[in-house]
Amino acid sequence: MKKKMLSAVLTGVMLASMLTGCGGQGNETPAQDTQQAQTEDQTEAQADGESSKESIDISAVNAGEESVEIIYANFNASGGNEETLNKMYEAFREEYPNITVNIETIGYDDYFTQMQTRVAGGTAPDCYELNIENFAAYANKGVLAELTGIDVSGYNATALSAFQVGGKQYGVPGNFSNVVLIYNKDLFDQAGVAYPDDTWTWDDAMDACEKISALGDDIYGIYQPITFNEFFKVAAQYGGGVLNEDKTEFTINSPENIQAAQMMINKIVETNVQPTESQMGGMGDWDLFESGRLGMIPTGIWAFGAFTDACEFNWDICVEPGGTQKATHFFSNALVVNADSAKKEAAATWINWLASSDAAAKMRIEAGWDLPAINDDTVLAGYLEITPPENRQAVFDSLNYLAVAPIIEEYSMMADIITDKLALAASGELTVEEALNQAQDECSLKIKL
Amino acid sequence: MKKRKLTIQALPFMLPSMLGMIIFSFLPIVISIVISLTDWNGLDKLNAQTMKECMVGLGNYSEILRSTEFWSVLWHTVYYIIFYIPLVLVMSLFIASILNKNMKGIGVFRVLYYIPVLTSWVAASLIWKWVLSPQYGIINQLLSYIGITGPNWLTDKVWAMPAIVLASVWKDMGFYGLFLLSGLKAIDVGYYEASRVDGAGKVRQFFSITLPLLTPSMFFCIIMALINAFQLFPQVQIMTEGGPNGATQVMVERIYTYGFKYFKMGYAAAYSWILFVIIFVLTLIQMKLQKRWVYYES
Repeated sequence: MKKKMLSAVLTGVMLASMLTGCGGQGNETPAQDTQQAQTEDQTEAQADGESSKESIDISAVNAGEESVEIIYANFNASGGNEETLNKMYEAFREEYPNITVNIETIGYDDYFTQMQTRVAGGTAPDCYELNIENFAAYANKGVLAELTGIDVSGYNATALSAFQVGGKQYGVPGNFSNVVLIYNKDLFDQAGVAYPDDTWTWDDAMDACEKISALGDDIYGIYQPITFNEFFKVAAQYGGGVLNEDKTEFTINSPENIQAAQMMINKIVETNVQPTESQMGGMGDWDLFESGRLGMIPTGIWAFGAFTDACEFNWDICVEPGGTQKATHFFSNALVVNADSAKKEAAATWINWLASSDAAAKMRIEAGWDLPAINDDTVLAGYLEITPPENRQAVFDSLNYLAVAPIIEEYSMMADIITDKLALAASGELTVEEALNQAQDECSLKIKL
Repeated sequence: MKKRKLTIQALPFMLPSMLGMIIFSFLPIVISIVISLTDWNGLDKLNAQTMKECMVGLGNYSEILRSTEFWSVLWHTVYYIIFYIPLVLVMSLFIASILNKNMKGIGVFRVLYYIPVLTSWVAASLIWKWVLSPQYGIINQLLSYIGITGPNWLTDKVWAMPAIVLASVWKDMGFYGLFLLSGLKAIDVGYYEASRVDGAGKVRQFFSITLPLLTPSMFFCIIMALINAFQLFPQVQIMTEGGPNGATQVMVERIYTYGFKYFKMGYAAAYSWILFVIIFVLTLIQMKLQKRWVYYES
């Protein structure tokens, strides 16, 4: 009898603890008044009807309205720039005291798996950051809100256009960096070759490469990764591209593209002025440059800090060589607003401020955290004063030739297929033409445009 | 009657852990079956309506089974297993018999051999990448002393998979070694003494006593190793990323890539159900076959 009583009591305790366990979730929202604000916002949004769900007009937001709390998730600040982002937020708060932003900084490795789960589960943050590959997929699947009514005049036009899909703006460029040609001055001196300048084509570069490679068995002229990312840019330098103009067909094996890929691959398999994978021996390309064994490396401006610390020789930069024309890479992450958010206006206000305000731009430059994607030269001027490299102006000169990535819904799959085939050509198993033909067939078969 | 009462009384005590099982295991399993029948992109809201809208029936399954990629990926896994299982069994048996000796400080060695098991695959893979580096790695360095030019291991189509087998054997042999060690410990010393009196040598003892009495432990190890081998993933992801040219692409790597990189969740879910069926069938076959070779003492 006693046992029965005990079990009955315990049963009660179990059930009670389970119930409270479930109820605990509500505690995560900090204060009651914000909860109220939330419901008010929701009813407001509902009153506005369906039209407000699709696009946002942030010109309607004024400072000093009732307070809103939003969540902003990003990966870019992780590993060194959390402080900078917090400082930016403090400055934002001074301008918009009514908007509270809960910043979530998540490491890159977990970020996209987590974001995918949260979007599908309906618990995505109000606004967040996406890299270009994922931006394409998210925007095409209708989970991002269109941004209307934001002042885009301050943005770099090319970077801004990268985040348009079907003529609609689904994101703003949150940060910006590009690729320049970095070269080892000492090796150029030793080989008796004139330093590269902005007028160089790949033919000039190849001549220099051969002279530099001749300096020693383990010295190489250049390193340019054999990847899709590199390929679409070099293709643009030869007037080619992986898609036709209205993005309805792949044009991977066009004559221009074959010429471009041949330039990339010949310097490994024929002249060997670029090391093969086994000659690299598992070493990274930056390490090779830092060890003074590499003449030139087209790479991102985010290498400046590392090279300044590690290189015991003189180096400088210039605009990357071109083929029949110039084309340079840029990298930018999109800041986007969740289509299901009840607080889109506040979210858009924050990301627009973060991406384009003078205050945020200045802090970004001071911290050396990429570049802001803005077109105001006076703000950018501070960036030029830092050396090395001496010819820092080349960073801005390169902006004149930006090549936009061919954004399609299945970007990642296209990139993987083309990278795999190019690798086969680089290892000598296929000719360049065969590799691109195969890539063309496989992409056309697997990807619906 | 009494039994039923007992079940009713036990239920509340089991409920918390059962709820956990239902919510975090059974429910996802059921949902993943549904997802595998759709072309859900992994971003649209996961609810009944979305599922209905993107239902494609068995389309994913037939597409996978008809793709050449699936069969080559399956072959890579089988190829891995052919090398991995015999090698890991021999090595762990070897370790177990060394660690079975009664000498001073043997406890320390037992711990040492178990350390790789405890290491995370990420750390272990990075170290192996370095060990296998064609120009600067220790393995090719050692090979060069005896006049052999080592291959490019991870970037060579032929050698990439053997290199992964090597790393996996190194990491797992301590784990299986521990099971085999406990199997060895359970063998009655009396058998050895009796056989010595009858004039059996060490070799004969090993094949006629140790091996037969160790078969239950071996059976367990083989089943575990087979399941683990089909789920091969982290070492591949870090050491080769499926390369060179897809030579080390394996099933779990494909599932991850389709689900989280290409946003084809339905396709990925179908892939994982096919993997489940393969593992399930193979385990069943092993269960049946065990009667022929596993020897249970009592």
